Amino acid sequence: MLDTLPSEAEIWDWLSEVEDPEIPVISVVDLGIVREVRWEGETLVVAVTPTYSGCPAVAVINFAIESHLREKGVESIRLERRLSPPWTTQWLSDEGREKLRNYGIAPPIEGTGTPDQRAQRVARLEGRSSLDVACPRCGSLHTERVSQFGSTPCKAAWRCRDCLEPFDYFKCI
Amino acid sequence: MPSLPDMNATNVEELALRAAEQQHHDPHVQNVDLKPAFFDWLCRMGDNALIAGHRLSEWCGKGPALEEDIALANTALDLIGHAQMWLGLAAEVEDESRDADKLAYLRDAMRFRNVQLLELPRGDIGETLMRQFLFDAWHHAMLSRLTDSSSPRVAEIAAKALKEVHYHLERSSDLVIRLGDGSEESHRRMDAALALYWPYTGELFESDGVDKAVIAEGIAPDPEDLRATWDETVGEVLREATLEVPEAKGHVHTGGRSGRHTEHLGFLLAEMQFLQRAYPGASW
Repeated sequence: MLDTLPSEAEIWDWLSEVEDPEIPVISVVDLGIVREVRWEGETLVVAVTPTYSGCPAVAVINFAIESHLREKGVESIRLERRLSPPWTTQWLSDEGREKLRNYGIAPPIEGTGTPDQRAQRVARLEGRSSLDVACPRCGSLHTERVSQFGSTPCKAAWRCRDCLEPFDYFKCI
Repeated sequence: MPSLPDMNATNVEELALRAAEQQHHDPHVQNVDLKPAFFDWLCRMGDNALIAGHRLSEWCGKGPALEEDIALANTALDLIGHAQMWLGLAAEVEDESRDADKLAYLRDAMRFRNVQLLELPRGDIGETLMRQFLFDAWHHAMLSRLTDSSSPRVAEIAAKALKEVHYHLERSSDLVIRLGDGSEESHRRMDAALALYWPYTGELFESDGVDKAVIAEGIAPDPEDLRATWDETVGEVLREATLEVPEAKGHVHTGGRSGRHTEHLGFLLAEMQFLQRAYPGASW
């Protein structure tokens, strides 16, 4: 039980301690899925947006947010699902991108979500990459995409042709 | 070579932001006169996603390669996520204490509103990919138009789903080309798959009173208006896949959108709905 309602800034600090269940090195704030925090009277409203429509982590994330805030003493919490504007990898914080790289996941390269699809397809079908994704282990740009779909909806499977390690690439959306 | 116009939606972000600005109030959701048509139309969108997603999920653990298995399951997950959003809104519009789960698990076949194309058995991987490609090309065109819907709720779901469907269409196009323009055997199978599904594609562009009501409100486009984009995408990919585009005119299998289904849907639902039918209200 808290004597006074904590400030929104304080709530954001607490939320930055809540880990993403799939990628435990980044927080839900780094991931950019917490869209708003506000008080409605004594009730704290937290608006969360899903990364992908069917992402099975959503329920776990909501549970983690709620239980962490309760531990901090917030008694009345309402989680709001916000669909719009839809989540984009541009909302990943700079800090989050570095944490991803250190964890072995190549962070998204912005601007690659929708440019010349035609050129990209030709490159894909010829086995070339139209993206310069650096291997998060050795830094080499000599990498190739194995599959656009990876271990979670937000990642693609890549491989380094120098150190030969497979790695995840956080794809743009 | 020409570009694919419907895959070049570079203004997705802008469309999404515009949808966001209008999000808070949606007069269509409480419009009593519109309710029956709006509900049916939302079920059509939701059921297309649900049934397509279920068919893809049948490949989970059985894909021809690990990467394909993962890609099929991911696509299935996205589509089931879309179904949750569409059916969730349908339940809200209906206002009869049902939710997305009740609509998905407790309706009988004749209450489902998906096109027949999507309920046909998954077949071999070539058939699955061809069917998915024909649907993805339509789905992408439809969602692109819906981001401009007069219903902010519809527009926000479309904007969210479109980003994912962009990747679906990219993948299924690549694979139809790879298999069509592949070995003699893969070409033969893709050609047969195209002949099998083609007569079912016409239903995607049909319209009836339900469509007319939502078109009049500016909620959805006339399905016929999607055809030019679809023809262009499908024509270009099939040509690159060295597959012959079938005759535009011909017999059309239809009826799913108003509840007349093939015998395959019942078997699909028997599996998908089993748990909720046997143990009503069961939850994790």
